[in-house]
Amino acid sequence: MPTLINRILNRLSEHLDGPLLVIAGLLLLIGTSTVYSATYTTLSRVPSQILNITTAFAVMWLVARTPPTTLMRFAVPLYVVGLALLVLVFLFGVKVNGARRWLSIGFTRIQPSEIMKIAMPLMLAWYFHKHEAALRLKHYVVAALILAVPFGLIAKQPDLGTAILVGAAGFFVIFFAGLSWKVLVGLLVAGASALPFLWNVLHDYQRKRVLTLLDPSSDPLGAGYHIIQSTIAIGSGGALGKGWLNGTQTHLEFIPERHTDFIFAVFSEEWGLVGNIVLLVLYFLLIGRCLVIATNAPTLFSRLLAAAVTGSFFTCVFVNMGMVSGILPVVGVPLPFMSYGGTALVTFALGLGILMSIQTHRMLVKK
Amino acid sequence: MPHDFASQDRELSQFRFRLGFAGVFVLLCFTLLFVRFFYLQVVQHDYYATRAEDNRISLIPIMPNRGLILDANGLVMARNYSAFTLEIVPSKSGDLDETIDDLATLIDIQPRDRRRFKKLLDESKNFESIPIRTKLTDEEVARFAANRYRFPGVEVKARLFRQYPQGALGAHAVGYINRINAKDVDWIEENEQSANYKGTEHIGKTGLEQHYEFDLHGTTGYEQVEVDAGGRAIRTLARTAPVPGNNLTLTLDSKLQDVAEKAFGNRRGSLVAIEPTTGGILALVSTPTFDPNLFVDGIDPQSWKELNESPDKPMVNRALNGAYPPGSTFKPFMALAALETGKRTPAQAIADPGYFNFGGHQFRDDKKGGHGMVDMYKSIVQSCDTYYYILANDMGIDNIAGFMKQLGFGQVTGIDIAGESVGVLPSPEWKKRRFKRPEQQKWFAGETISIGIGQGYNAYTPLQLAVATATLANNGVMYKPHLVKYITDTRTGEKRMVEPKPLRSLPFKQQNIDTIKHAMVGVMKEGTGARAFAGAAYESAGKTGTAQVFSLKGGNYKESATHERLRDHALFIAFAPVDHPKIALAVLVENGGFGAQSAAPIARQVLDYYLSGKEAKGPAAEDSSGEESADAH
Repeated sequence: MPTLINRILNRLSEHLDGPLLVIAGLLLLIGTSTVYSATYTTLSRVPSQILNITTAFAVMWLVARTPPTTLMRFAVPLYVVGLALLVLVFLFGVKVNGARRWLSIGFTRIQPSEIMKIAMPLMLAWYFHKHEAALRLKHYVVAALILAVPFGLIAKQPDLGTAILVGAAGFFVIFFAGLSWKVLVGLLVAGASALPFLWNVLHDYQRKRVLTLLDPSSDPLGAGYHIIQSTIAIGSGGALGKGWLNGTQTHLEFIPERHTDFIFAVFSEEWGLVGNIVLLVLYFLLIGRCLVIATNAPTLFSRLLAAAVTGSFFTCVFVNMGMVSGILPVVGVPLPFMSYGGTALVTFALGLGILMSIQTHRMLVKK
Repeated sequence: MPHDFASQDRELSQFRFRLGFAGVFVLLCFTLLFVRFFYLQVVQHDYYATRAEDNRISLIPIMPNRGLILDANGLVMARNYSAFTLEIVPSKSGDLDETIDDLATLIDIQPRDRRRFKKLLDESKNFESIPIRTKLTDEEVARFAANRYRFPGVEVKARLFRQYPQGALGAHAVGYINRINAKDVDWIEENEQSANYKGTEHIGKTGLEQHYEFDLHGTTGYEQVEVDAGGRAIRTLARTAPVPGNNLTLTLDSKLQDVAEKAFGNRRGSLVAIEPTTGGILALVSTPTFDPNLFVDGIDPQSWKELNESPDKPMVNRALNGAYPPGSTFKPFMALAALETGKRTPAQAIADPGYFNFGGHQFRDDKKGGHGMVDMYKSIVQSCDTYYYILANDMGIDNIAGFMKQLGFGQVTGIDIAGESVGVLPSPEWKKRRFKRPEQQKWFAGETISIGIGQGYNAYTPLQLAVATATLANNGVMYKPHLVKYITDTRTGEKRMVEPKPLRSLPFKQQNIDTIKHAMVGVMKEGTGARAFAGAAYESAGKTGTAQVFSLKGGNYKESATHERLRDHALFIAFAPVDHPKIALAVLVENGGFGAQSAAPIARQVLDYYLSGKEAKGPAAEDSSGEESADAH
């Protein structure tokens, strides 16, 4: 009997990656306890977060078992569907709080930009994989187009946070596919010189966020409030923090969106610099493990996909922590495995699943 | 797929190089984050810890009860009552109009309330709590409490309101409180009381409420509370109880005050009654008066306009701020000056032809043909002008001014109410200061003549006149006039007496004082005050006076023909009983005509009540029958 159980367990876990599982598990543990601290006084979100984690785990498990070659087959259809939905949003989307992000499908509303977070790296990785033999500049131009259209549609909604994530994921694929440094530097220079123009394209609220970042006290009760209160939370946490459940900024409700996008402020207030270091190390280990997986990936598709997913994780972590600690403008980006929320968690789990699939299926491919 | 291994290897190594590059980039970014965290949590920790504490802890001032004001008999003149107000902190509430509209569905909010709120909003800072409604009913409080969660930054507060139970009675003495304005804030800062006035919204504006502000205010207590982002108190961390303000007990007798105010009827004027042996003010009347309760809650613009623009000027405290020529009430003091300076003896008499010629100008006596031979006694009893024209001329302006200054004429008395006028004690120096052009600055000897009968540049407050009278009654010992008898510490019950302070003892010869007193008794027995004081149960001394408002050169003064506002002011000074004076007073009736006619009867009613407990029915009648009073002013 024990051997049977062992065999079943082995069978179930054969496509899971131990290090990733442990790191993500630790992050989820920290995240859930922080969600508890942030919400227990009013309505604890822990039960529903556990449900989210369960769902996310199932998704990860399923994806991890799916070979990269199968994943590749999803690339084009997923991208096409995602793009079509984005166009529909552009045309018929529901406007909420001044942003046209949702598509009403009778009983509920969906946010197609979320699909693009996965569809974009898949599509681009597939595209480069297909043209692996003879990559020319024109392929990069086409790739840029594949990236630019959804990016533009999402940015237009406006949803800068998601647009940045989708754009970053696509950019990573193109970068790792070998876009020449010359072109990169050229783009960088062009981008820098286009900044003033970009400034005019930005929405008022986006401009305000950038200005607020430069001087939060210019609007202490408006746009600057988030940044001011979260930096106070972090700063007042000190080296060792105020202790779990003891954050005053959190519990007296000075931090807005404290269980979702600003959960890092809650954590940082209660656990201090020591906690932050632990968190940074965990994320660095996560990204490091992802990079190792990417390095070992056997095909161009899996390499690019792994690298892009890794890049997305990093982007989320850096943008979120940077925003909460006041060095980046406020954009709606969740902190991976920490922030409360089903959609975000499932998306991150999908990423983990893809990486695990790539890691555990490489031998099969080589054989 | 036609690709060779070499290119695949090159591709792979390029990919791995880029991964390595990415790894370094990640490390750099994380280092950047770490540096930021280190900066916030270690370098700037103290600053942010303080900010978090400031966020968390709110010092809520607890208002002390303002001290009571009680009259000499313990009757309450000013007290506090508690009522609920609905208040909004604009910085913590959402859209104000929306909030108020929502509140209006629960609680009756009138357009007047909104207007007052707007006005207060303009005058206050954003984080101050501003009342939208005062005096909520219990039902309204309950209704709001049930819906409180809907209104961040809106709270019901129990507040103390000032109330003046006697209404207009003695309002000019008691004064009133009103909301603190920018000028008051400066004053509080100058006195280094800012900390104690955190949370105080009202301050004494006039009268005793203003002068004894720091005594009445008390010490503000504090409650340290933890508040959430919505500004709501979560729990109390520490509490320092407030110390209530001290109570004032006055020398002022509100019953006497009432008698005096009623005696004026609807006439404009002032009365100041002083206890000569202490300087304690027994009554301080300025009519018309006003209801101080109107100010407590922020006066509405309509009432303010009426009070301020009324030609009767009810807001002016005539006792302290009205400066009037003393008219003939000046004569006893002139006579005393003559005795003290040796310019006259009591028996020295002059022949009065009914006028005095000086420098080509004829100064007329009111009695055609004059009073005949006039000695000092007769000059006071019959109020002979010519006697004083000559006396003034003999004494000279410097002597007059020097003597009158000792008696407090044209000097600040130092009463415990702010803002008293100095008046005008005419002298060549005063004229130099007063006028700019050199030709106006010169003092003419002719100007001295009318000074002798209390006219000309002479201008004194009723208070100064009363103090001078009291000093005379008290044989030259002058006390500083004061309204507060003692201040009671409300916690210990300890009484701090306001010691009667002899300002100065004037070195007058008792014999001279007795001469003047004797003449002033004569006024009441056989002179200009005799009619008003016929049958009085006590012996009193007094002097009537009439002050010209409008100079009628050469013409005959016809009371009825002169416009009411141009009629002379009627004055009267008196003290009684003559042996041991318990009360000295000065009465002024604006445009009241002759002093004997309208001012003396008021004095009679006040003295009757104070000395015999006799209360008059209705205002003092104007004694307009006597022809003889027409030349006795």
